[in-house]
Amino acid sequence: MSKMHVSTTINGEPTEFLCDPSQAVLDVLRDQLGLTGTKEGCGSGDCGACTIMLDDRMVCSCLVLAAEAEGKKIETIEGMAKGDQLHALQKKFIEFAALQCGICTPGFLVASRALLERNNNPTETEVRYWLAGNLCRCTGYDKIVRAVMDVAADMRGASK
Amino acid sequence: MNGIEYSAPRTVDEAVGALVAAKGAGRILAGGTDLLVQLRSGFVKPGSTIIDIKKIGEMTTIEDIGGGSFKVGAAVTGMQLHDHPTFKKAWPGVLEAINLIGSKQIQGRASAGGNLCNASPAADSVPALVAAGATVTVQGPKGRREVAVEKIPASPGRMTLEPGEIVVSFTLPARPAGSSDAYLRLIPRTEMDIAVVGCGVSLTMKGGVCTAARVSLGAVAPTVLLVEAAGKALIGSKLDAEALEAAAAACRAVCKPIDDKRGTIVYRTKIAGVLCKRATTIAAERAGKK
Repeated sequence: MSKMHVSTTINGEPTEFLCDPSQAVLDVLRDQLGLTGTKEGCGSGDCGACTIMLDDRMVCSCLVLAAEAEGKKIETIEGMAKGDQLHALQKKFIEFAALQCGICTPGFLVASRALLERNNNPTETEVRYWLAGNLCRCTGYDKIVRAVMDVAADMRGASK
Repeated sequence: MNGIEYSAPRTVDEAVGALVAAKGAGRILAGGTDLLVQLRSGFVKPGSTIIDIKKIGEMTTIEDIGGGSFKVGAAVTGMQLHDHPTFKKAWPGVLEAINLIGSKQIQGRASAGGNLCNASPAADSVPALVAAGATVTVQGPKGRREVAVEKIPASPGRMTLEPGEIVVSFTLPARPAGSSDAYLRLIPRTEMDIAVVGCGVSLTMKGGVCTAARVSLGAVAPTVLLVEAAGKALIGSKLDAEALEAAAAACRAVCKPIDDKRGTIVYRTKIAGVLCKRATTIAAERAGKK
């Protein structure tokens, strides 16, 4: 069976790869393209560790076929910092110690950014529901939620 | 590796052709939130062809026909519907049911068409669509037909579709003034779980009297149920306690649930009545605001 040729854009860079028809985007990102920031947790769409943006929609990359990425725009955690300049969410996660082992962190950061791009004034309930698809077994979520709320407050302050 | 093929047709005709050509080994890919899980856990047979329908315009767009009527492509995602400017006003119950499926990541992919064709008795969007009186357009080798949503599921995991048939889109009917809907489900936690019981109600109120009502239940029988007797109990009433109890009793009467770790037969049956009353009340409140 032949490999499929896929042309896509990853973090702004035109990228081409070959994949098996049944391979997930997650596997191509990690195993072929070396983009190991996206983590595999459950592999069944429950934990959110592999969260990426696909044409501006937040998805679990374990549940997207690599072949489906043809002509689409992918954004991963690797595109979040600009050079050595961390994104505000990344800085705040460090400041608030909103991570321990770090496996869930890329997924939380991508998901949190997607929330704040839609709504920079979320309630705590909205943050918790938005992030309900991201599981963290270390932090107990509280520090993560407070970090996201704090970045939202900074964003609102900066836009005044 | 495992001999699975992928195709992404551009038209429904091509998709039907690919499904027929696959001779029973074709799997339709909409959002993939069920299919990819099956694929990754080895439940998709080698030799299968995955037919991705998301490059077909008709299956991925929402059309506001006017008067509250909508055509929703079978592969339209929960997020697409959530972000639609007019859908929520006409069909808040259908929208809340679809948006209850999984996390925000799942919402970015999962579709009502996939939820229907996965044929789970506990599918959240199906009772709301049945209550709404939605129909699906099905296309197969013999052409197109229009079917009521409640006619699609046959039993858990099975549908009444003929070989080569694909669910193309949902049509939601026009809404008279004073109409609205609601969907409620019971789960043991607050988010992301499978319904123990789900209940959709769609109704029309005129001068405080209910003039039309449809009630549907999920997770209490092998398929989602349209409870016609419950709708009849509400029609002509002012939704007073007596009418609500009559509708609830009609709901309890049709329950044939399983006993499992999520809920016992007795519990599911009782809750079906409770959710019917509550969803009716919410739908009527929403209808009153229009």
